[in-house]
Amino acid sequence: MEAVAIVGAAMTRIERERKADGYADLVYEATRAALDDAGMSIDQIDNVVTVSNDFFDGRTISSMAIMDACGSYDKNVTTVEGDGTFGAFFGLMRVLSGSYGTTLVCAHHKGSESQMPLITNAMFDPIYARMLGIEAITSSALQARAYMTKYGISEEQCALVSVKNHGNAFKNPVAQLPLELTVEKVMSSPYIADPIKLLDCCPISDGASAIILATEERAKKITDKPVWAKGVAHCSTAYHLGDHELHDVSALEEAAKKAYSMAGIKDPAKEIDLVELYDAFTYMEPLWLEGLGFCEQGGGGKLTESGKTAAAGELPVNVSGGCLSGNPVLAAGLNRMIECALQIRGDAGEHQVDGVKTALAHGINGPCGQSHCVWVLGGEK
Amino acid sequence: MEDWRKDQEVLVMEGRIKVPYRWFAGEVGTRYLESLRDKGVFLGTRCPGCEKVYHIPRRHCPECFEECSQWVELGSSGTLESYTIVRRQHPQLSPLPVPYGYGIIRLEGADTGFLHLLGEFDDKELKVGDSVEAVFSDKREGNILDVKFFRPVKGVE
Amino acid sequence: MGKRVAVTGVGMTRQRSARPDVTGQELINEAVRMALADAGMTRKDIDAVVIGNMDHFEGVNYVDTWSVDGSGALMKPIMKLTTGGTTGSTIAMAAYYHVASGLFDRVLAIGWEKNSESDTTGAIITAFDPFWDRPIFAGAVAGLALEATAYMHATGATEEDAAYVAVRERKHALNNPYAHLHLNMTIEDVMNSPYLSWPVKMGDMCPRTDGACALVFASEDVADDFPIKPAWVLGVADRHLWAYTSDPYLDFKTGEAWFPAMQKSARDVYDRVGITDPLEQFDVAELYLPYSFAGLRYMESLGFCGKGEAPALTRAGTFDMGGKCPVNPSGGVMSSNAIGATAIIRVAEAAWQIQGRAEDRQVPDVKLALATGFGGCFWSDILVLGKEKPEKARG
Repeated sequence: MEAVAIVGAAMTRIERERKADGYADLVYEATRAALDDAGMSIDQIDNVVTVSNDFFDGRTISSMAIMDACGSYDKNVTTVEGDGTFGAFFGLMRVLSGSYGTTLVCAHHKGSESQMPLITNAMFDPIYARMLGIEAITSSALQARAYMTKYGISEEQCALVSVKNHGNAFKNPVAQLPLELTVEKVMSSPYIADPIKLLDCCPISDGASAIILATEERAKKITDKPVWAKGVAHCSTAYHLGDHELHDVSALEEAAKKAYSMAGIKDPAKEIDLVELYDAFTYMEPLWLEGLGFCEQGGGGKLTESGKTAAAGELPVNVSGGCLSGNPVLAAGLNRMIECALQIRGDAGEHQVDGVKTALAHGINGPCGQSHCVWVLGGEK
Repeated sequence: MEDWRKDQEVLVMEGRIKVPYRWFAGEVGTRYLESLRDKGVFLGTRCPGCEKVYHIPRRHCPECFEECSQWVELGSSGTLESYTIVRRQHPQLSPLPVPYGYGIIRLEGADTGFLHLLGEFDDKELKVGDSVEAVFSDKREGNILDVKFFRPVKGVE
Repeated sequence: MGKRVAVTGVGMTRQRSARPDVTGQELINEAVRMALADAGMTRKDIDAVVIGNMDHFEGVNYVDTWSVDGSGALMKPIMKLTTGGTTGSTIAMAAYYHVASGLFDRVLAIGWEKNSESDTTGAIITAFDPFWDRPIFAGAVAGLALEATAYMHATGATEEDAAYVAVRERKHALNNPYAHLHLNMTIEDVMNSPYLSWPVKMGDMCPRTDGACALVFASEDVADDFPIKPAWVLGVADRHLWAYTSDPYLDFKTGEAWFPAMQKSARDVYDRVGITDPLEQFDVAELYLPYSFAGLRYMESLGFCGKGEAPALTRAGTFDMGGKCPVNPSGGVMSSNAIGATAIIRVAEAAWQIQGRAEDRQVPDVKLALATGFGGCFWSDILVLGKEKPEKARG
């Protein structure tokens, strides 16, 4: 893969309800901030990839609402519907094709404007599953149970993730939900769908984010701190919940394997300095860490207990606070990439981790992380 | 844009997208749902390539891409592969009063699990690996709720 | 530098009013299996899948993950893109960029829709801004009627001029077994059909359709390994300029009331491919003409003739089979409109024409073909396909 870099990155504050602004306003804010971050004008953007979802936005052709806000006037522009990590991957392809020197990728979400359970219920098959009332939390609870039963992961181990990530959020000025928690507090929060409790869940959020990708030639002119795309891949497993064992994360393993191979990574635990992954629910963090190869299958609970994934640990995971501290769906994956980019640049402010050279960002699509996208980003080409 | 806002709440417009749907079950789905409605019998389809028996039935094997031409009668009980107990009632979604359950159930004779509801369980006793059986609805209309829910099989450990 | 990209496999369901015999996944699967068979591939040979439709036409969220049983994406990368009417061309372009990036050699592109499963107009109304447009705006037909009125006012074109387009498209469809409508219509039939929204009549409009189309896109490294000759993608562009209903009638920069998104996207591709005289250079065009007046205004916006000149050329048969540049030998969108599939079908038909596989609707000796997507808020996608491998990637 030819060298392509993130040369600008920004996200809005993540909030429970941005009542005074529509999502086009959020997109403008993020786009403007990413351009400022790169020191670029909109004229230097060669093409745009937007990320939106008609269900979350309550609009057919939802990208229509942001065509002016993302600065795409008189530019080639298209729309990926899925997590921001997938949109960014398509933005990367448009640069690699040789057609464009720069791509702006933006994503947005206003969870405050809709009813999440009704929308995530629509992920499920209309003939066989939807009228059962299943949605994101209840389906994830099935995955959590399958995973915890298979490997003896405890609810307390999952609670540690909530304590850690909400705690990390105190140092991240854009995080929505910094919380001072203890395992006991998490354990005593009410069950929503066993084994998932209220404090195992991400909040509903509003937010937008944007990144700018550039060829090596353009990147060097734009910034002295380019963040290079070293490897990226995605993969989907089966759709129907019973088609594969829910603790089986082979789609994530496959995506990680490809991304590592592109990035020349042989031992992720040694070579990756920081991870930002999609922790919509606490159990996802240890499970995804296993799929990403940071420990053996079933070792995610112990890895969390060991403290290695803490901000000051050997492998800081979700130093930003993660999705648990703010989950503008779709933008959330792009936020993971932006956090990695800021850490690599040394621009993460109070939550900066020392010496981050290589970082991993992760996003998901569909029920129970059916489809995973893995990015390896680095400060050196 | 700051001054006027001091005395004015931001306006919010309530709305609802009203699009009616009629999803076709297709030939395969129709045969499956008819069997459930008229005979109370679960059907799966078998892939001639990998011999996997799919439940819910598949027209083509997602893996081999062969046509799953053979229908297989499945048992109406099976094993609970995972479960959750729902504690919060959702006014538009919940099909049963809480606490009710969701389970991934692998029916006798099937190689895949499927999603359905759980009822008549003791939430202290329920565990992965339990035997569960289908309880059919009194009035069956040709949809997946012709099975009311699955419940633990009594006297089985 | 990017890889050169070709279409090396085509699969298409017959376009029908309703397909109650299959679910959405099964409909997709029909087209996918045809495309794989056409390309001499199995599911295992697919490197990545891109898929698109319009969410609210079937009410399925995350169609990428939902589709896996039918689309063949099990344990493969699959990505969804959606842009309204342009979805099909967006998908074709997404597959193009997947391959051109050098990251994937064989990419499956799927566009599909089951319009029979919902209320198409009810869903389209929700495309428009809930504060400013939606309370007063009534779906696609009215929006197109506004365009038709503006065009008639600017050029003096008549409803009868448009009827010539409607009749041509329906006549062409008689040669296409895949088409949904097979109507032998006359000018009088169109003129006497009831008004939907003046000046647009029933006979001017597209139907709503169930259908799927799948294409295999391959890189220059493997394009010669397929059983059929590659149809090369020479250039692509996607301009989605507008956000509000009232935007499309004015180009902000020039103040000109025309179809800037189409003019700009066409110019973008033409410059890169070396098109200076579309009417002379293109052997065939498969265009997303959702209604008859589009067959006038879009020919002018695409540079086939000057402003106001399309009616005379249309009446003279320039765009008929046997004419200088046949438009929509397939019968086009006015004969079949499974919306998410519609624009990728334009690319499929263009590929078939270049490969000499268009059967009864084949135009002789096609070397260069134009395919377009139309949708959103007067958005425009353009693809140019050619018989000869380009000297370099120029996407």
